[in-house]
Amino acid sequence: MNSAVLEEVRSPMNKAIHMPLSDENTPTNPATDIVSVRGITKYYGEDVHALENVNLDFPTGQMTTLLGPSGCGKTTLLKIIAGLLETTSGEVLVKGKAVTSPGPERAFVFQDFALLPWATVTRNVAFGLELTGVPLKQREETAKSYIDKVGLSGFEDKYPHELSGGMRQRVGLARALAVDADVLLMDEPFSAVDEQNRRKFQEDLLRLLSVEKKTVIFVTHSIEEAVYVSDQIVLLSPRPGRIHSIIRPELDRSSSPDDIRRDKVYLDTVEEIWGNIREYLD
Amino acid sequence: MKIAGTEIPPVFSLLIWIGLWEIAGRMDLAFILPPFSSVIGELTTLIARHDFLAAAWQTFQAFAIGMFFAITGGIALGFIMGTSKTANSILGMWVNIFASAPLSSVVPVLMLLFGLGQLTVVVIVVLFSIWIIALDTYAGVSHTSNSLKEMGRSFGANQRQLLVKILFWAALPEILAGVRLGLIRAVKGIVIGQLLLSVVALGRMFRTFSDNFQFEEFWALTLILFVFALLFSTLIGRLESKVEYYAGTRD
Amino acid sequence: MTVTASPDTTAAASSASSTGLKFSGLQLRLMSIVGFFLAWEIAGHVPISPAFPTFSATIMALLEMVFDGSIFLAYFETLKPLALGVGISAFFGVAIGVSMGLNKKSRWLWEPIFVVLQASPVAALIPLITYAYGIGITAKTVAVIILASPIIVLNTYKAVGNASPVLVQMSRAFQGTRMQEIWKVIIPNAAPVIFAGLRLGVAAGFIGVILAELLITPTGIGDIISYNRSIAKYPHMYAAVLSIIVFSAVMVGLLEKAEVRYFRPEKKRGH
Repeated sequence: MNSAVLEEVRSPMNKAIHMPLSDENTPTNPATDIVSVRGITKYYGEDVHALENVNLDFPTGQMTTLLGPSGCGKTTLLKIIAGLLETTSGEVLVKGKAVTSPGPERAFVFQDFALLPWATVTRNVAFGLELTGVPLKQREETAKSYIDKVGLSGFEDKYPHELSGGMRQRVGLARALAVDADVLLMDEPFSAVDEQNRRKFQEDLLRLLSVEKKTVIFVTHSIEEAVYVSDQIVLLSPRPGRIHSIIRPELDRSSSPDDIRRDKVYLDTVEEIWGNIREYLD
Repeated sequence: MKIAGTEIPPVFSLLIWIGLWEIAGRMDLAFILPPFSSVIGELTTLIARHDFLAAAWQTFQAFAIGMFFAITGGIALGFIMGTSKTANSILGMWVNIFASAPLSSVVPVLMLLFGLGQLTVVVIVVLFSIWIIALDTYAGVSHTSNSLKEMGRSFGANQRQLLVKILFWAALPEILAGVRLGLIRAVKGIVIGQLLLSVVALGRMFRTFSDNFQFEEFWALTLILFVFALLFSTLIGRLESKVEYYAGTRD
Repeated sequence: MTVTASPDTTAAASSASSTGLKFSGLQLRLMSIVGFFLAWEIAGHVPISPAFPTFSATIMALLEMVFDGSIFLAYFETLKPLALGVGISAFFGVAIGVSMGLNKKSRWLWEPIFVVLQASPVAALIPLITYAYGIGITAKTVAVIILASPIIVLNTYKAVGNASPVLVQMSRAFQGTRMQEIWKVIIPNAAPVIFAGLRLGVAAGFIGVILAELLITPTGIGDIISYNRSIAKYPHMYAAVLSIIVFSAVMVGLLEKAEVRYFRPEKKRGH
């Protein structure tokens, strides 16, 4: 994909942009895309066809969201990229090299937090470092600094059952940030959080990421969330999961969060995506 | 476990243990352990024996009567505990104590009070199994979601209808689980009773065999009891799986 | 039988009976205990059976045995094989259970035999044990082991086999090795249920040692029962049985408290 093609597609009005789709022969460019997937097909057993020939590039330093109704394979794709699931065919490239298992460049944030209930917040945040053999003092210091960054200072010695859902998710996020991976993989991280907190989390996440400078691959089924947080939205259609379209919302992010949510481009993009998805609902 | 690509069901691992038993028996490793094959030989003889059949029938009668009372009593107790908070706070304590108490220590007392005959066996069966049936019934009733109960009442169901049409069926998976466990405990109770009460029926046979060092017969009798316990347990387990389909979606 | 007026009634510790009296749950329980002892006392005076002492006579006998120390000696004798047997069962039982939970072959080999043992009245084997092991502490310990092991193994296996798949996946996501997965996630995750299994194992083992004492070797608290029965000192016999029930209830209660305190802090009151 060269810049000439990009110019052609950019429309004169301030509107979401539709990106051209790659196929299995499109060359990957590790310089601009830290993660690429080619020809990903996934069957569960013999009958369940989760994904069919998925080809995607994830630009470095940007937030890409995988969006679609249930059954479209977005979590499956995310876990394949994470190295937690095997593909039936196809490959995942991270920094130009094919990967089949988890690695230090990728960190995962789970939908239901996946915290060790018998460990304190500090130990939970440091867990990724503990598994890779970082010495105790060092990993506790690192953990403490990330506990601060997600706004949980003071809760270092608490246990998960003493925290609210939103706080637990922040622990999960801190844990993923603490291992200093290049790519953050987030599986519907806010779906278990109540609506009021969810908006705040989206805003906090964007603020945090502007400082931490990571590439993020984000899975959600909420259209508003996708349009609000993402640089790029990949719309998947279900059964089997295929790429329907790729959209760049091109929002003006200089205004306040509330203004963004009333911005015409934001609202139009949400409506457009809703129109696309509607035909796939049961 | 796969051999040459075919999946072997776990039950077959028992063959390995039986094989070890056979080897140990033939090698005369322990004089109390005759080879499995000779035990099986004795078993077939034993089943045909007159005195065994009479003793087994006697014991089975006591078992059946006892289980009848234990099941009806246990389910009733469980429902009372599950539908009345007052009853629950009192009865709950007692049922829990008796369910986990070493009831075998009470058997000598029972022998004193009820004599050495069939009555004691019936009492033992009830005593050993009623508490777990009550506890599991209670669990089933109290876990019935409130919305089911409210739904019943909103359509005008009276107390009896609620019980019979909703609560009983909603609690059935747990009730069956309790009955299964109760059965196992009852068989254990009978064995303990027979061992301590060794003048009657199967207990007398056990005693005779062990006093006369007739180990083949002893193991044969033991095996029969084991198989009996397992059979009953599996039968109820089958019943349980028939009602399991709705166990997960009762709320 | 009263039915709670609505499911939202916070029962908490109080309940209103139809007479309008309000007693806390604890008070009701205490009252029922007193009621039970009262009924016992009355029944003892009714001459249905010469072998049924009154509650007061039983308590007197119990106090007598407490003050002359015989009951403590008896329990000491009984607890020796219990502790030994449970210790051995726990060590090997947890090891086998963990291997069953992690390894399919192990599960194939061990599950059927332990399921059979768990369902079978293994107490039937206790008389045989004397022939093999004599009438000493070994026989009693073996009795404890054969009764306690199946439940410990099966509980441990269930706990390990049901380890939270999300946590296991999380460990893999952060590059945990299989060893780290087992020791840092699976086993701590299974610990509460394993401990519950040990608690049940203790209860089952206790039955084993009492049976062994009643059937084989007249020592310990079981002997107090048998001996006093043989010389028709019924209050002492009943006192021994009562002490066993109470002891068992207290022991299990303490183990449950320990379980909540160390393994399930979220169930503690006040959290």
